[in-house]
Amino acid sequence: MASRLLRTFATMTRMSDPSHEAQQFFAQRYGIDSARIASLLSDALAQGGDFAELFFEHRTNGAISLEDQQIKSALRSVEQGVGIRVVKGDSIGYAYTESLDPEAMRLAAGTAARIGDGGERPTAIDTTPVGASESFYGEDALLSDEPAPAKVALLERADRAARAFDPSIARVDASIADERKVVLVARSDGQIVGDVQPLMRFNVMALSERGENRQTARTGGGGRLGVEYFDRVTPEDTAREAARQAVLLQDAVDAPAGEVPVVLAAGDSGILLHEAIGHGLEADFNRKGTSNYTDRIGHAVASDLVTVIDDATIEESRGSINVDDEGNPTKRNTLIEGGILRGYLHDEISARHFNAEPTGSGRRQSFKHPIMPRMTNTYMLPGPSTPDEVVASVERGIYCVSFSGGQVNISNGDFVFSTTEAYLIEKGQITAPLRTTNLIGNGPEALSRVSMVANDYALSDGRWTCGKEGQSVPVGVGLPTVLVSAMTVGGTQLG
Amino acid sequence: MAEATPLELAGRAVELASARGADQCDAIAFSHTESTVSIRLGDIEKLIEATSHSLGLRVIAGGRTAVCSTSDFTPAAFEQFVAETVELARISAPDEYAGLPEPELLASAGGDALQLYDERIESLPLDDRIDMARSCEAAALGFDSRITNSEGASLSTRVGEVALANSRGFAAGYPATSISLSTEALADDEDGKKRNAWWFSAERNLRSLLDPETLGRIAAQRAVDQLGARKTDTKRVPVIFEPMMAARLAGDVAGCATGGALYRGATFLAGRTGEAIGSPLVTIVDDPTQPARAGSRPFDGEGVTAHRNVLFQEGRFEGFLFDCYTARRMDARTTGSAQRGVSSLPEPGPANLIFEPGDTPAEDIVADTQEGLLVTALMGFGFNPTTGDYSRGVGGFWIENGQIAYPVAEANISGDVASMLAGVDAVGSDLTWFGSSAAPTVRVAEMTVSGV
Repeated sequence: MASRLLRTFATMTRMSDPSHEAQQFFAQRYGIDSARIASLLSDALAQGGDFAELFFEHRTNGAISLEDQQIKSALRSVEQGVGIRVVKGDSIGYAYTESLDPEAMRLAAGTAARIGDGGERPTAIDTTPVGASESFYGEDALLSDEPAPAKVALLERADRAARAFDPSIARVDASIADERKVVLVARSDGQIVGDVQPLMRFNVMALSERGENRQTARTGGGGRLGVEYFDRVTPEDTAREAARQAVLLQDAVDAPAGEVPVVLAAGDSGILLHEAIGHGLEADFNRKGTSNYTDRIGHAVASDLVTVIDDATIEESRGSINVDDEGNPTKRNTLIEGGILRGYLHDEISARHFNAEPTGSGRRQSFKHPIMPRMTNTYMLPGPSTPDEVVASVERGIYCVSFSGGQVNISNGDFVFSTTEAYLIEKGQITAPLRTTNLIGNGPEALSRVSMVANDYALSDGRWTCGKEGQSVPVGVGLPTVLVSAMTVGGTQLG
Repeated sequence: MAEATPLELAGRAVELASARGADQCDAIAFSHTESTVSIRLGDIEKLIEATSHSLGLRVIAGGRTAVCSTSDFTPAAFEQFVAETVELARISAPDEYAGLPEPELLASAGGDALQLYDERIESLPLDDRIDMARSCEAAALGFDSRITNSEGASLSTRVGEVALANSRGFAAGYPATSISLSTEALADDEDGKKRNAWWFSAERNLRSLLDPETLGRIAAQRAVDQLGARKTDTKRVPVIFEPMMAARLAGDVAGCATGGALYRGATFLAGRTGEAIGSPLVTIVDDPTQPARAGSRPFDGEGVTAHRNVLFQEGRFEGFLFDCYTARRMDARTTGSAQRGVSSLPEPGPANLIFEPGDTPAEDIVADTQEGLLVTALMGFGFNPTTGDYSRGVGGFWIENGQIAYPVAEANISGDVASMLAGVDAVGSDLTWFGSSAAPTVRVAEMTVSGV
């Protein structure tokens, strides 16, 4: 217990001011202090840029994978570098380098600076380190500090539990992954802010074999916390869930084809919001006039039962961040309130364009990638019905629980998402499980068809990664049980 | 230091790891300079330029494997990195199948014959890059008055070098270039929806890149063609995949035809080698030896000589793509198909995937279809490799009496991949390349189309 206490104490000190810790980290390890930062920012603005920003990053990733009762491999990667952005009007110059030595950084700053139009080098830049006011990350022992044998033991527990769940489970793969990302954002308006972002994930794949019939299912979870995750969701929980889904698929029947009522279960179904409306509210698309939600603020864009929030401040959630990748504090942003569009998700450029407050939504995959407005944890607030009432209201339709992914065309709102666990609803009862199928729809249309919202809101466990223009970032989604009165289901059963 | 070449870095990693107790090891190293110019509505939106170096080291000690990656090549950090990789291997279990390729499989030739490098890309001036992206977007915007907006046009180039070295004495590298141009045009529909279309060209050399203005006009034409798109009825009809979509379908099939999917039990093709699965019109090959193609390579991610592999010959499933590990596990031979990044184990996969063309002109396939759906866009992830169940969102055109009747949106096609391959009843002569894949127009006799 003594070592645990020590470790907790150490992490609490760290977490009490991750911004300060990040500044110390880069200063001690790479000599990146206020003077160096000011000099680089000055180089970046030497050709007349309006604004410059340095994004320092040091990221460590570790993963151990178990395949069919053997630890197949251990992986570790370390990446560090700085991304330098210079803004001139609406144009961006961007450069990065993996080398944090002064000369390499100076060259990168000079490359990014070329976007300027030959104005003058600015006078000295005063920098002010800012501490983060609050941390939304778990404060227990980080998974990255955990000894390897302890991680292996977690994987082996998952393997045993999945196999014990059902005799048809013929193979189990599991993996445990951790990330520790130290970032430091320094801006030419003088602000310097950092963060230390933990992220962990536990995944299980189970294969069920009955004669010639094989079915696989995957599940997992995690978040911005440490080993305490396993006190809440044990490896056995995750393993049994994967095994249950694989066995369930053995008896799955073909899904209906055509428009039917669709009940979305609480939790992962929040992918509906992510695809149907979330991307369309990222303000870069609205700034360019390429989103179907352009110029729609103040208008009804959904049923009046629908209130949608994007909130980066949910404790320990995969999508949460203390500060965004432009150094702005994150917050809870109301996107839709009672069906009325209230606002977009902004990065600095779009906030300036719309004369809006930054929403703390500027994110990037790494120092190699420019900023974009992105979602964090996107969810719908609960409503008045009970989940049972919602299901009982459907004569013939489908009930969807879990999903493999989704995609949206941001310009017109057409979206698709794919179920991994779904059932028929017949006469108000949940009946046969369905094979993999798609739900197809259009964002505004689907949200206007939300006719019941239940009181059972749930946030997804940390398993979602959002891709946009080639950049991946971790996100969370959430939804109460919801009825969409009609949506196209892409099964094979006609009539 | 950054001045060291990838070949030198890979060699040094292997030397250091061997000295520290690795029984076997290999290292892959990349360096490249990337440059992107993005133009939107005629103005420069983004200029990105950076040089990047990375190395991945695989160590096998006592049958135990670890993979680590780094981009810090200062001598002390690099030595520590190698030591940590060797140490990390202790975690995993001994695996009798882990190991480097047998020496006789290792490649001897470099990549010169494959034309993977074009010096004109390296020397392409910034002003020319800006002009290419600008004229591409301008051609799209000027194509039709109904084109009202643009997501911009981007020109990206990459000039780099990849090298691989292993503890069996293999050490080789080659320079490679790539260039890609893309644009997206938008049109406003009467119902307030926007219709957008994206088009791209990705090549190893400048000469092969699609002319920027032609590319812009294609994107614009495709956006305008979607005006008035509507839902369609739910019914079973023939489905025609245009070449880019047929290439996506071939990609889904190839993902199931890998040794990785096979030994994990996660493919509907397990146990079906030699079986007639597709119609006689279906021939799908993976060919890394095509000159100047995006996926071409002289050797795979483990140093094995790359060669052409047939996946389906006139409908017959010929076998899986293997790397060394999956081949040993399944008592097969590697097909030289190891894909390799710096931070993961090799995994078999296709290099240049080709759905071989037939001799029917594509327009005859449409003309020969009484009622059906021509698919020009696919969305979503509704594919289950273990069972072959296939369900994808689609956009495209409804066909009536051999002619395009109207554009279609918010539709879905579903079936299972084995039945789809068996149901291929027409293959066009219009083989078209898209980066590292190529396909002609392909018709599947019947699928379920879901709409209203």
